[in-house]
Amino acid sequence: MFEQATTPIQELAISTEKLNLWYGTFQALFDIDLSIRQGIITSMIGPSGCGKSTFLRSVNRINERLGYVRISGTIDVMGENIYDPAVELVQVRKQIGMVFQRPNPLPISIRDNVLFGHRIHNAGTRTTKIEDDEIVENALRTVLLWDKVKDRLDQKATALSLEEQQKLCIARLLPVKPGILLMDEPCSALDPKGTEAVEELIWELRGQYTILIVTHNMAQARRASEECIFMLMGKVVEHTETGQMFVTPKHKETADYIEGRYG
Amino acid sequence: MFEASALNRKNETRQKLFRFGLGTMTGILILPVVLIMGTLIYKGAPVISFEFLFASPTNGMTAGGIFPALLGTVLLVIVALLASVPLGVAAAIYLSEYAPDNWFTRAINLAIINLAGVPSIVHALFGVGAFVIFFKFGTSILAASLTLAIMTLPVVIVATRESLQAVPMAFREACWNMGATRWQTIRRVVLPNAITGILTGVILEVSRTAGETAPIMFTGAAFFLPLLPQTVFDQTMALSLHLFVVSTQVPGMPEQLPFGVALVLISMVLLMNSLSIALRMYLRGKKKW
Repeated sequence: MFEQATTPIQELAISTEKLNLWYGTFQALFDIDLSIRQGIITSMIGPSGCGKSTFLRSVNRINERLGYVRISGTIDVMGENIYDPAVELVQVRKQIGMVFQRPNPLPISIRDNVLFGHRIHNAGTRTTKIEDDEIVENALRTVLLWDKVKDRLDQKATALSLEEQQKLCIARLLPVKPGILLMDEPCSALDPKGTEAVEELIWELRGQYTILIVTHNMAQARRASEECIFMLMGKVVEHTETGQMFVTPKHKETADYIEGRYG
Repeated sequence: MFEASALNRKNETRQKLFRFGLGTMTGILILPVVLIMGTLIYKGAPVISFEFLFASPTNGMTAGGIFPALLGTVLLVIVALLASVPLGVAAAIYLSEYAPDNWFTRAINLAIINLAGVPSIVHALFGVGAFVIFFKFGTSILAASLTLAIMTLPVVIVATRESLQAVPMAFREACWNMGATRWQTIRRVVLPNAITGILTGVILEVSRTAGETAPIMFTGAAFFLPLLPQTVFDQTMALSLHLFVVSTQVPGMPEQLPFGVALVLISMVLLMNSLSIALRMYLRGKKKW
């Protein structure tokens, strides 16, 4: 009820039309038509190998690093087809941040991690230390990490706990000002306490960013998302408001998966 | 309940037997190293003196020092490094970070490994044909060093490529996903983390280069020279060739002199190798992943 009141009809952040994807001869995605609304958290659930990570990885075009991936159909991000030849990959990546299953901070200081993306995209224009400090503080405050690390910004990021590393990986994306955050099972390497903390953070970011989160954890999808997409064997089975999916799923497959009959 | 059964005892005997056998093999392996070093130090050390290291040979090389050869080896190694390191490191970066994984890349990799297996005398003849005659460098330090460089290129490429590939893929993905280009990723993340391995490879190459004889004897190293080289187009003496000369080519040579030369050469190589190991340990201690 509350959710519906605060989310009026919004623009679409990501929309795909007849998206098919092949790894070599193996087809991983079949005719995906999805509309993901801007500014909300959408979760993707489904058994292993159902194509949810593949979908996520096509949205920021990281899949194409593998030479044998083939795609048909379109993916529009903020209304523009990102597979258009005129599109600059660097701009796509800037607009779409990604968080991985395993936290992957760079083996440099916490401060440099946060500033990394910013420096890459502003090479040549030297920012002052004060501006840098501000960027670092803002980003770390947003991910609820500032108070914990403010006295050791020059320490190696790899020395942080996994939970802190994952938060740092999210913080690192923010100075570049992305509109969309893709998260590929961001809590699967964390313990329950870390999971809770990161979920809390993701919930905090709601509204400012469009968040698409792949998860194996049904409770997490239920707790931490507003809309939910259920995929099976490379196809989208159901895409509805999260509360509704878990209470009254429309399809039998969805109900079976949610109740743990396979997966 | 817990006493050894017959089978336990049999297994235990067998394991002791193998431990003894494998240990003996290891001992046999160490033996030549110990014997070589022992003999060299025992026979060569008395010859070593300040004069031996820093004077020219006199009296038909049967007396005096080895300075021109020592200097020559250092020069040959430096010029060879200047040629092979930039080339090898650049090629390795391309192969590991840019080249698509297809049959052509695999063919190149195979060719590099095969290049490492080419006998040094073949490299020597290539050096004569290419650098001495075709490029008209004559028999000179330049020609000899370039020959050494070609010969040691595979070592640099393989060492560099391996240390690049030891950098976790997750670091690259993190960079790419923030919109870094391949070059930004290489420059800011991959190279800083691979530099240890690259340095080690380079130093190991140095030690290999210093000891080579065949590739330089036709391309730039001389039997005996009264003067020190002035430019890279001059010939030079070199320790490895000098060792060959004083051991076999000069009648009336004092018995201990060749051992002295060998000791200097091997000390140089060992020094380089220890330096490389020390550097690796130091830099590895600073890494954290």
